[in-house]
Amino acid sequence: MPARISVARMTSEAETAFTVNGTTVRLGLDPRESLLDVLRERLGLTGAKKGCDHGQCGACTVHLDGRRVVSCLMPAVQANGRSVTTIEGVSGPGGELHPLQQAFVDHDALQCGYCTPGQVMSGLACIAEGHAGDDDEIREYMSGNLCRCGAYTGILAAVRAAATQWEG
Amino acid sequence: MHPFAYTAPATLADALRALSAAGPGTKVLAGGTTLYDLMKLDIETPSSVVDVHALRELTGIDTGGPGELSFGAGALMADVAEDPVLLSDYPALAESLAKAASQQLRNMATVGGNLLQRTRCAYFRGGPAFPCNKRRPGSGCGAIGGLDRGHALLGGSDACIATYPGDWAVALLAFDAVVDVAGPRGERTIALADLHLEPGVSPDREHTLEWDELIVRIRVPATPTGRGSTYHKIRDRESYAFALAAAAAAVALDDRGGVADCRIALGGVATRPWRCRAAERELIGGVLDEHSARRAGEAAFAGARPGTYNAFRVELGIRTVAEALRIAGERAVR
Ligand SMILES: Cc1cc2nc3c(=O)[nH]c(=O)nc-3n(C[C@H](O)[C@H](O)[C@H](O)COP(=O)(O)OP(=O)(O)OC[C@H]3O[C@@H](n4cnc5c(N)ncnc54)[C@H](O)[C@@H]3O)c2cc1C
Ligand code: SF4
Repeated sequence: MPARISVARMTSEAETAFTVNGTTVRLGLDPRESLLDVLRERLGLTGAKKGCDHGQCGACTVHLDGRRVVSCLMPAVQANGRSVTTIEGVSGPGGELHPLQQAFVDHDALQCGYCTPGQVMSGLACIAEGHAGDDDEIREYMSGNLCRCGAYTGILAAVRAAATQWEG
Repeated sequence: MHPFAYTAPATLADALRALSAAGPGTKVLAGGTTLYDLMKLDIETPSSVVDVHALRELTGIDTGGPGELSFGAGALMADVAEDPVLLSDYPALAESLAKAASQQLRNMATVGGNLLQRTRCAYFRGGPAFPCNKRRPGSGCGAIGGLDRGHALLGGSDACIATYPGDWAVALLAFDAVVDVAGPRGERTIALADLHLEPGVSPDREHTLEWDELIVRIRVPATPTGRGSTYHKIRDRESYAFALAAAAAAVALDDRGGVADCRIALGGVATRPWRCRAAERELIGGVLDEHSARRAGEAAFAGARPGTYNAFRVELGIRTVAEALRIAGERAVR
């Protein structure tokens, strides 16, 4: 393909409004920006992590209207009118850990911690979806979150413990 | 990423108008898990993008009718995967979605966009450093004679051997699905069997949709054979990976255990979703047992053309078909 000189046409900004952890934000967005980049670079919410940036590792997992998604593969303009929850929105008002976060601590479910925000967001959704019924189901429905330290057994134990606590 | 003009029309009619107005070089954006991914890699460089992800007209799922199942192109993979009718009466369709990607991706990706996902060939995704006839026609094929472990055994050409990576289209093909398409010239219906193309001499052409057409819905004729079905997918790891070999199999048995109906389609091993009529003929009218299931698998792979590193997937594929038939047979109604 011949080299394209793109000086004449600039991508225009799209007015986008959505809520993040309950607060409404309004931004003029370049449609190329990913939700992950907007959260991190524009809104200072650096909890969601950039791992692969191609939807393969799950480190950028957030909730969109209550459902888990990988924020790196979502153009931020698609969040217009919707509600986003990040790891920053999970702990209590005084910074108390959410029971699943506490379970991660109790069950040694992290080493370097880079994948942890994504694991927690995914784990919360896994339980809410009703996909934490037994160990095999948790493994299957947590498979979209890679942990290169290999803390999988701890992560499994944490999600199982939180799911049991939630039900009981 | 190349700059592009972005529009998010509010209705299907507006989306079709926006698509026509923007001209060739425009792309439809649904969940973005293929398109936006490839735009980040500068493999896809649309001049404009029409975002259809929020169109309510595209999201309906109707599995309650007697004659057919209907899935709006914009329905999410995660929602269709958990449809109760699919789970009980068409497990192959539900499994093909549940065993694809991750829950996060299935919450974003649509069942219409899924059909048109593009190959995971590393030379294709790798960009200008590698030759690739699909990405840049005439540049050659890095995979032929190269690292072809995941490449197609069936349907390849001298120009391209890229595997069609999707699972859902494979299960749909086994059930004779059709796709309703809307465009400026009106609506038309395409058999799913006629949607995807083998690479031939022009691997850059992957399907028979025009650039200004939209998939509106997918329809599947109802069949009791659906009960006796499975999507069996073999991967390098147990979950969250593309298929090394996969088979959608469905059987119906008569009251003496003979095979009254049989559908077999292959995933992860061919350049497009691959229906195996010869393998089906091998079984229909006979009995389903270990030996006939194996013979059907062999018939399915009779035309396989392995390259350098992918020959192990022929035997793997044969066994995948045989195992899929065993599971389907156990579920089949008599
Ligand atoms: C890490 C990862 C793992 C994956 N694993 C699997 C797997 O195991 N199995 C599997 O099957 N898939 C897998 N996928 C692929 C995924 O399922 C597809 O990317 C997804 O289904 C595409 O749907 P989408 O809505 O995101 O489409 P988009 O990316 O928005 O669009 C895909 C293509 O379809 C076109 N399109 C979309 N909607 C329409 C429409 N209504 N009419 C006409 N054209 C349209 C777009 O223009 C584009 O060309 C994986 C993806 C990733 C990133
Ligand atoms: S197999 Fe097809 S997609 Fe892969 S490098 Fe060859 S031409 Fe390109």
